[in-house]
Amino acid sequence: MSADQFQTGRLKQLRDLLERSDAALVLTAMAGFYLFFLGIGAILNYNLAGLISILGQVTFFTAVYALVVLALNLQWGYAGLFNIGIAGFMAVGVYTMAMLTAPPTGSPPGLGLPLAVGVVGGMVAAALIGLVTALPALRLRADYLAIVTVAISEIIRLTYNSPAFSTFTLPGGIDLGTGGASGIGNFPSNPVRAIYYADPSSAASGTTPIGAAVFGVFETVGVFRSAVIVDLTYGLVLVVVVVLVYILLARVGNSPFGRVLKAIREDEVVAKSLGKDTNRFKIKTFMLGCALMGLAGVVWQGFGTGAVYPQAFRPELTFYIFIAVIIGGAGSNTGSVLGGAVFANLLFLLPQYLPNIIEQTFAIQASPNNFIAAIAPIAAGEIAPLLGYILNQRLPALRFVFVGVLLVYLMQNRPEGLLGHRTETAAAVDLSEGHTPGAATQPDPTAPDEPGGVDDE
Amino acid sequence: MEPYARGRRLLREQPGLVVVAVVASLLGGDLLAKLLGGGLTPARFGGFVWDGLVIGLVIGLAGIGLSLTYSILGFANFAHGDYISWGAFSGWAVAYLLAGIDRYAAGGLLLIGAGDGPAPGDVGVSITNTPLSIVAGLVVAVGFTIAVSLVVDRLVYRPIREADGITLLIASIGVAFALRYLIVFFFYSSREGVTDISRVPSYSLGGVVIDAHELTIVVVGLLLMIGVHLLLQRTKLGKAMRAMADNRDLAQVTGIPVEGVIRTTWILGGGLAGAAGYLVVLTQGTISYDLGWLLLLLIFAAVIMGGIGSVYGAIVGGLVIGLASRLSLIWLTGDLSSFAEPVAFGLMIFVLLFRPEGIFGGVSTA
Repeated sequence: MSADQFQTGRLKQLRDLLERSDAALVLTAMAGFYLFFLGIGAILNYNLAGLISILGQVTFFTAVYALVVLALNLQWGYAGLFNIGIAGFMAVGVYTMAMLTAPPTGSPPGLGLPLAVGVVGGMVAAALIGLVTALPALRLRADYLAIVTVAISEIIRLTYNSPAFSTFTLPGGIDLGTGGASGIGNFPSNPVRAIYYADPSSAASGTTPIGAAVFGVFETVGVFRSAVIVDLTYGLVLVVVVVLVYILLARVGNSPFGRVLKAIREDEVVAKSLGKDTNRFKIKTFMLGCALMGLAGVVWQGFGTGAVYPQAFRPELTFYIFIAVIIGGAGSNTGSVLGGAVFANLLFLLPQYLPNIIEQTFAIQASPNNFIAAIAPIAAGEIAPLLGYILNQRLPALRFVFVGVLLVYLMQNRPEGLLGHRTETAAAVDLSEGHTPGAATQPDPTAPDEPGGVDDE
Repeated sequence: MEPYARGRRLLREQPGLVVVAVVASLLGGDLLAKLLGGGLTPARFGGFVWDGLVIGLVIGLAGIGLSLTYSILGFANFAHGDYISWGAFSGWAVAYLLAGIDRYAAGGLLLIGAGDGPAPGDVGVSITNTPLSIVAGLVVAVGFTIAVSLVVDRLVYRPIREADGITLLIASIGVAFALRYLIVFFFYSSREGVTDISRVPSYSLGGVVIDAHELTIVVVGLLLMIGVHLLLQRTKLGKAMRAMADNRDLAQVTGIPVEGVIRTTWILGGGLAGAAGYLVVLTQGTISYDLGWLLLLLIFAAVIMGGIGSVYGAIVGGLVIGLASRLSLIWLTGDLSSFAEPVAFGLMIFVLLFRPEGIFGGVSTA
């Protein structure tokens, strides 16, 4: 065996491992993203605190995207329900949580209930709105459902945006409010802060024993910004949440309930003719998905940003999630996590660092504020104003253009997504080739004689 | 014979219809009481109706194209709103250029005042002040949007012509993103004034104030609609479109040039969308990159209400949606006035649930 063959052998082993083991695939991808962003931090000459901050952002955005994408995949990939009102359900989750838990004395006033009540309440509220949507939605064709869900999402956003409910009084004299267009800034502080700070709402309040110990360790290596440690911790907590949700969905998928869902996805008429009330299954799935979207709203737009306002729930958010699902491939939970990670890191986070890197490398100072001023100097052979315009003024817009083009490309060339060729079997035991007892040793005599025989497409 | 058998059957079979009838008669009664009791002056009521008609005409105009592409190509085009926006920006760029080229640099005018460009009051575009530039802008809006829709069809939809409706719908969302943010790239992401409102003359008709721009919209909108009507009735095109909407393969076998009809559909739909976008800026007086997206759901509501594929349904649906969103302001006063749009969305959801084939269901193209 030559060294070359040995190499290909090792590569093939690695590929096999990645194809067999979902965990290995996700971990490899995440390691890749971490290294990539550490590299970016190094190029930008960040100190250790800056690097930890980047890692915290990568963790946070990967986790929140993975969470929503998993929820959407449950609805679309499993039950075939084409929901493009995700932003609305996230808004219901986080707004309900905020209104339940915000202190009654603040502005807008809340009910001041414990955090756990708020989170559960947010999920329940999102699930109930999901029920209201799903009941009629089942009678509709997929494209009508799309229009209805996006309309409901806009109704939700406009309702939260309306000054009418900015503050109102419940029967019984209890004040409550959505804050109208400016939203709710009067928000319970991130529960992770309670680990480190004596008073979670204020970093100046002094540290808990754990906080003192952890911050002390980091101070010995020169990290004095405690906020980056808190953020990274929050990201890691979210990773645990994602793992739990993943396990929940995997269990749902492998349960009798999940098998019916897969049967509905493959052929609803057959599932119906076998006596399954497919509508009930669809409604339950839709509600579970909406509850998870509500949870994602709470951990992302709520604790992640520390305030909530209606403009965060524009339909663009929904389409972000959709693109992430399509990248990963609808119908695959692992694909969803990877799709979320790819979108969060390469399409969401990377463009925020890109201008700094390019500017540092090429020293572009110009920043014309309109397109004519950007292209006029080209006649004189100067391209810097155009680059400055693109980088300093219009990069967010170009990111959207790129996302749109990517979506069209995926629809034309890979509608099944990056991992769409993976099939998550409906059977409880692994029936794939090589795992079926007997199949590996006794090839099917009718099968065409193919070396290897593993069809990896 | 069981008494009220018919009424009971109706209640059982179409509960939604009964609810709609009850709500409509309650609102109608309340409206009458308000009008007679003096809570609502006839002039104010007339103003709501007029506003509703103007915006309804624009929605109907844009809806024709959406309705045609929906029935003939078989997908809900989420990029239709952004065709509308491009119509508005391309048309107004040219209108600005022509109106102000004698006094200002071409660059700032073409960007409709972006950056350090001239302010709307200085350029002074209005139908009475600069009628020629307004008309030229309309022509460019129509032409440019046709070009956009044909190019997009060639690049995006044609390679996946046979794909299912959802695939095409998702692709159209991608197109919508790209088109919308290309506007931001070239122009701006803020909402800017465009017309010179101070110099638009207005007339009072029985207390209802009608300004010249609204009048322009009504005239142009009606002319375009009559044009579409003649085109579909007097040529074989309407028949070919109906055949395509019914069964594309059969139409092709019968010798209908399928790609040709699709192209004509885009020309018709794109052109009308461009005109609608240009006109809606004329009545609002402001322009923003997401104006088409904001209209899109209302247009969907109109198209669904009128029955997908029906040109006349789209027009009537547009008027219904326009009127509903404005007349709802009779009841939604004060802080509640922000619910005018949700009311229209709610109407659409109601129609989808209880009459998915549209109010005038059964009528298809032309």
